Amino acid sequence: MKQLHELTIKEVHEGYRSKSFSCVDLVKHFLSRIEKYNPKLNVFLALNPNAIAQAAAIDKEIAEKGIDRELLGIPMAIKDNFLTIGISTTASSHILEGYMPQYESSVTSKLLAAGAIFLGKTNMDSFAHGSSTETSDFGPTHNPWNPDKLPGGSSGGSAAAVSAQLATAALGSETAGSIRQPAAWCGVTGFKPTYGRAGRYGCIAMASSTDSPGPIAKTVADAALVAKVISGQDPFDATTSPAPVENYPTFLNNKDLKGVKIGMVKEYLLTDMRDDVKKLILDAAEKFRSLGAIVEEVSLMDPKYAIGVYTVVQRSEVSSNLARFDGIRFGHTRDSFCEETKRRIMLGTYTLSSGYYDAYYKKAQAVRTKMIDQFAEIFKTYDAVIGAVSPGPALSLGATKNQPMFGEMEDILVEQSSVAGLTSAGVPCGFVDGLPIGLQITCDQFQESKALMIADCYQRNTDFQQFPDIDKTL
Amino acid sequence: MNITPLIGLEVHVELETKSKMFCGCPADHFGKVPNTQTCPVCLGLPGALPVPNKKALESCLKIGLALNCSINRLSKFDRKQYFYPDLAKGYQISQYDQPFCSEGFLNLDSGKKIGIERVHQEEDTGKLQHTVLNGEKVTLVDFNRSGVPLVEIVSKPDMSSSAEAKEYLKKVHEIIRAIGVSSADMEKGQMRLEPTVNVCIENEAGIRYTPLVEIKNINSFNFAVQAIEFEIKRQVEDFEKTGVEKSSTNKTTRGYDSVKKVTFLQRTKEEAKDYRYFPEPDIPPFIIEEDFVEKIGKELPLLPDQEISSLKNLGVERKDAKILVSTQNQVAIQIIHDYSDDDRIESKKLASLIVNGKLDPAEHVLVRYQELTKVGNTDRGELEKVIQGIMLANPVLVADFKGGKIAVAGFFVGQAMKETKGTADPKTLSEVVLDLLNK
Repeated sequence: MKQLHELTIKEVHEGYRSKSFSCVDLVKHFLSRIEKYNPKLNVFLALNPNAIAQAAAIDKEIAEKGIDRELLGIPMAIKDNFLTIGISTTASSHILEGYMPQYESSVTSKLLAAGAIFLGKTNMDSFAHGSSTETSDFGPTHNPWNPDKLPGGSSGGSAAAVSAQLATAALGSETAGSIRQPAAWCGVTGFKPTYGRAGRYGCIAMASSTDSPGPIAKTVADAALVAKVISGQDPFDATTSPAPVENYPTFLNNKDLKGVKIGMVKEYLLTDMRDDVKKLILDAAEKFRSLGAIVEEVSLMDPKYAIGVYTVVQRSEVSSNLARFDGIRFGHTRDSFCEETKRRIMLGTYTLSSGYYDAYYKKAQAVRTKMIDQFAEIFKTYDAVIGAVSPGPALSLGATKNQPMFGEMEDILVEQSSVAGLTSAGVPCGFVDGLPIGLQITCDQFQESKALMIADCYQRNTDFQQFPDIDKTL
Repeated sequence: MNITPLIGLEVHVELETKSKMFCGCPADHFGKVPNTQTCPVCLGLPGALPVPNKKALESCLKIGLALNCSINRLSKFDRKQYFYPDLAKGYQISQYDQPFCSEGFLNLDSGKKIGIERVHQEEDTGKLQHTVLNGEKVTLVDFNRSGVPLVEIVSKPDMSSSAEAKEYLKKVHEIIRAIGVSSADMEKGQMRLEPTVNVCIENEAGIRYTPLVEIKNINSFNFAVQAIEFEIKRQVEDFEKTGVEKSSTNKTTRGYDSVKKVTFLQRTKEEAKDYRYFPEPDIPPFIIEEDFVEKIGKELPLLPDQEISSLKNLGVERKDAKILVSTQNQVAIQIIHDYSDDDRIESKKLASLIVNGKLDPAEHVLVRYQELTKVGNTDRGELEKVIQGIMLANPVLVADFKGGKIAVAGFFVGQAMKETKGTADPKTLSEVVLDLLNK
């Protein structure tokens, strides 16, 4: 029999219905696991002091009304860049140390309205500036598969929380790879909705034009449910779409992928990519074929251009978005920014300076438009494109030292889709050196249902979604 | 030597929308308790995002249309970045290269056309209060004004005297009030002025221009006039001394001291800020449809100049028409139009009576008009008879008059008016009284 921390959302609800355990039981179970493992993993920066009281209230609600909310009593880990009333929010930066939010972010409000319980706030790269969670001002998070390895980032805490089973599901955010890459390195499922599908209000801004909140979960089915809850037009975010949200979970459980056309991006099989990683991607392509899909090689712009575009646009927006942390308010001075953040502010300030704006920012936006056009052309023929999420498995702690472009190199395969604002699911597709490798299934804007349907079918027909035995690994 | 000032004006107008530019807080901030009208958005808290106010956009378009601008079909907001403690986000949301409205004009009474370069939408900043608290000098920030919608109207440097600048400003002020987007109360800071001045000097050496000077934040028309006049004089004198001409690097910013009546240097171009404008990623670009602009255009009332000429067409004197329009006496203007077809009322006289406060347009207009315009008895013969009778009865007073006490003439006028029961025409009556007394 599965232990409480191993249950998916659906299984938790079944347990509540059959009264096998209560919400208080489940929350206490997770809290004791967190107490035991968090010192080794450094996943949580702050815990919700009211979690047990909230669980008790939910038990009462279940007794009276049954389960009529989609995430009722589901314990979740929340990335620390989402403002949560009553739980300190720092974006893993000293400049916000001890900051208690005045309001609740739009997506966490939706999660709470759906009945979720927040266990606590998870570690991340400071202000989401990175792909390692090593630039956190509160120390790195360790990969549950091997504590000497990085969890990836920036949502490294949320991915590690799901992988180490310290929460049923987690909320992350992706600007370029920040959900899919840590999910890949920790061997769990990550889902990035289209830019503008889920509201950004109350999510501490990194790069405003690509920030996308999204779930990290044990299964595509769980991710689909959380994604559905957090999606939809946000009256406080002018960039969200008014298009109705499809009921994602109902698109799952397809028995095969007949009629689905998948493009395997040639350029994503980088020349310097390890052969065993390449093989896993080619194996995945074979798997899709065996499920009835047509898989063909497609060609996109060399992903190195995405790095250039993303670096310029993102640094520019960062330099502006962080101006509000002026050292006058929020309690800490600007020298509390970490090295990486300072580097980004300086680069962004430079690229926006008069005389350089045209050469950098404008050119980057022009290339970005080209990328969007290229994807649009491909999606006329193909339902999805696939490739590895990351060029290799999790790197060792310390790998980011003296590597200011570390994140960009690790995110080379996901930056294009982020810059183009697409939706993409990341699922485990095998292991190398005992570490998980992730596959991305990327679809056109607002084709969440399709990406989830394909990822779900793949996941149910493979057995790569595994969880480390952390009593052994740690 | 021939001297021609070149004056351009930047005018900031706070819109009187219900809510602020990018959040739901009330926009009316004047006299409110500090920091009581704020929210995460206008405080620039982490994670907060701007959502544009559609009403403000409409007001901005109205101003643009009233100033004959073309409305740009494609427009967007940009971030203007600088540090100041009253600027919550570290940037101001403004418009850089694609303003809502551009290329308009405004006609002065002389017929001279003043070009309008652009009309764009932005947000106001908070307000600093320098004060003493518990014996310590402190600066406090009030964010009630942070995010209040602000429209900037930028003219071309087409004005060549302070008088033209003043006329331009007054016309802009009247237009803003007439279209109902703001009361543009200068004392409340709802309208702020920034003249840019330089001078074209033409002599035997050729045509040369003095360096550009921008004068910041003036809050009255008269101060604007004084500052411009001071600046013209200062620049000519400076040029005669130094011979420095305008270049792309020597624009300066000056303040105006209304007590000493002088402008003073604030910063030079070398110190000028690089605002690092870039498109506001939190607000999608705007595509402004033709029929939306048309709808806004239809909502515009008659503009002051149009209203003045329509009154003039009814025969109203220009000075009266201007007063009625500038005081926004809509009731009176309506009544003058309503009675313009009535043969019993002359529009010119009606307007004059209203302007001079003799006729209240809320009264029964026709009756009051007839009372006030009833023509008195002007038959000199009849009046002479009456006055002669009074003179006979008051020989002492007649003698007083002839002895130099001319004030007693008033007594005769009064008595005559009494005896004629007020029917005498006052002007004719006093003439006849004086004629007879002087005989």
